[in-house]
Amino acid sequence: MKLMIGLGSCGIASGGLKVKDTFSAMAKENPDINLILSETGCMGMCYKEPMIELIDDDGLGTVYGGVTPEIAKEIFEKHIIGGAPVEEYVVMKRDGSGPEAGFITQQQRIVLSRCGRINPESLDEAMAMGAYKGLEKAIKTMTPAEVVEEVLASGLKGRGGAGFPTGLKWKFAAAPVSDQKYIICNADEGDPGAFMDRSILEGDPHSVIEGLVIGGYAIGATEGYIYARAEYPIAIKRLEIAIKRAEERGFLGDNILGSDFSFHLHIKQGAGAFVCGEETALIASIEGQRGMPRMRPPYPANKGLFAKPSNINNVETLANIGWIILNGAEKFASIGTEKSKGTKVFALAGKIKNGGLVEIPIGASVKDVVFDIGGGTSSGKPFKAVQMGGPSGGCIPANLVDTVIDYDTLAATGAIMGSGGMIVMDEDNCMVDIARYFLNFTQSESCGKCTFCKIGTKRMLEILERITKGQGEQGDIEKLELLADQIKRNALCGLGQTAPNPVLTTLRYFRHEYEAHIRDKKCPAHQCKPLIIYEIDPEKCIGCTVCAKKCPVDAISGSLKSPHVIDQPKCIKCGTCLSACKFGAISVD
Amino acid sequence: MCNCGKENSKYFEPFETVLSEFKGEEPDLIPILQRLQDAYGYLPEDIIRRLSERTGIFISRILGVATFYSQFKLKPSGKHTIKVCFGTACHVIGAETIAEAICDELGIALGETTEDGEFTLESVACLGCCSLAPVITIDDEAYGRLTPTKVREVIRNFKKEAQAV
Repeated sequence: MKLMIGLGSCGIASGGLKVKDTFSAMAKENPDINLILSETGCMGMCYKEPMIELIDDDGLGTVYGGVTPEIAKEIFEKHIIGGAPVEEYVVMKRDGSGPEAGFITQQQRIVLSRCGRINPESLDEAMAMGAYKGLEKAIKTMTPAEVVEEVLASGLKGRGGAGFPTGLKWKFAAAPVSDQKYIICNADEGDPGAFMDRSILEGDPHSVIEGLVIGGYAIGATEGYIYARAEYPIAIKRLEIAIKRAEERGFLGDNILGSDFSFHLHIKQGAGAFVCGEETALIASIEGQRGMPRMRPPYPANKGLFAKPSNINNVETLANIGWIILNGAEKFASIGTEKSKGTKVFALAGKIKNGGLVEIPIGASVKDVVFDIGGGTSSGKPFKAVQMGGPSGGCIPANLVDTVIDYDTLAATGAIMGSGGMIVMDEDNCMVDIARYFLNFTQSESCGKCTFCKIGTKRMLEILERITKGQGEQGDIEKLELLADQIKRNALCGLGQTAPNPVLTTLRYFRHEYEAHIRDKKCPAHQCKPLIIYEIDPEKCIGCTVCAKKCPVDAISGSLKSPHVIDQPKCIKCGTCLSACKFGAISVD
Repeated sequence: MCNCGKENSKYFEPFETVLSEFKGEEPDLIPILQRLQDAYGYLPEDIIRRLSERTGIFISRILGVATFYSQFKLKPSGKHTIKVCFGTACHVIGAETIAEAICDELGIALGETTEDGEFTLESVACLGCCSLAPVITIDDEAYGRLTPTKVREVIRNFKKEAQAV
């Protein structure tokens, strides 16, 4: 029997290590039980963490969720020793049965095919599931130009957000003649609310390394860099181990697989700057400078890292490469829509019932992801919107839930495919506040190099702050639109140019909320604190004192069995009393 | 910071160890600063000065880099660092109320350190464990699915445990 414990960041944060300790201790107490204890990366169902998978001797995997040390003991006694699954905690079985199996069976996993199925520190396990077969095929049977053509034919587009065709990018980087070229993996996943790249690096680092080596071979680069967020220590550790294993086995280093192609890979840790996700800023950061974007042209394909031709791809893009080379461009292009091919990984989070890592064929709808896989809102309240693409993206409202997920259709809504963050919101979320949130983010992360981003986003943020404080003025919406237009047209880099998107999409679909804030000084979602007031209805209040006891700032007074009152200046508008009152006596307006 | 008397002390030993691992060229600057911060807990002025002298990289350039990236600290932090996640998922589920509760509990604002030097409170853009939202970390251990009441308990319990050690 083999036991795999899910130890991605989410698994560890939910207490996965304690579960592992429990199993280790029990395995020691029962030395006669034949049990291989292993670990794996993210299994995808973040909402069921900590998770484990028990693989019987006949190969059937049983996945358990919400495992605590106590439950672990029970599973050990009943399933591992006794041979009978503890159905109560079973999430799914790998034969497709189980209460939560739909979360996985409704996905199509190419990039995530090995994530959560292998020990990320074991090269053998990765190879048993196909790792480096694409590299072998490329190096032994294809010329670099053929590799570029194959990727071009697959229709793969950059998964980092902009959606530029990967094959074309490689073609540009392959063209210049130079003594040195570089290929770089952008693992600086800085969008708040996105964790796809982290999960791939933690769960299957070899898929990214394989993509880099194939890319290096295709464009003629012998040196590669992975630029990873310093906030992802587990991903970096597993990458370091994976690089070492790949070097030992001849997939990296000199004369790869006996050929005359050599490729060396280095990890560079970021130091906390969102703008370094922009490729020219990322290059500046690897060079040891402030991570500020540069004017393009010259493009990195001609003059990039250390002024040499360079190519930069995102983690998920590279994780597709091995599969494409191995299975052929045609097979890849058979998945997706006419203009957008393959699958896309999304990080589903926010007010969603089944949050986690979701890989779907491009062409599925927002509804498929949010409702069929995600199970709808966690609060049970009506779904209001989903934010896609982070600070560069926008909100898709509930009435457009049938929107097909591909690059062009999403762009037409004002949102973008983005890197894959999907944040679900219910009716309690204020759309003006969401716009303010993202502007606050882009403004504080603005590198300060160009005026339109540095000052323009600041002015927009000031207006949004005023609106959410109830100090909005007539004409504010028009000012926001004017600033947005100017920033979009004039900012230096892609991040600046897209910074107004969260404001523009919320203005497009939720203009009435802006107007309510400005004109009526009301927040329809009851979220902007300066615009709301909590009151107790003396008719309905029976004086049970529960609200007074729960109030964190003692703003509610009243004696037992007589109506209570809220001291308004003291009230911090946290809403605790509203959810505590069983008699519906407290209202918010 | 004054560095008199430290010249012969062991103070610069970690500095020498770190520097010996690099060529000391500009592309090494960020990794060097990261390693120095690991060793000293922050980037002390005398260490930055010495780094400039030894590598020939101007102090202005070093400080330019050190102030650009949010990871680097020019002031010492408290014994324990609390990070409040302000990622999108945490935001829509109420990161702000969590932060307010912590500020109230510790009597400091975001970015500050408690007077006794026990806690530094920081905000981060996203910790990447969105399914646990709203989430905080104390010294890299994550606490998820918080409410304002729960987070007060977490901090009180942490203080108790820290005192017991």
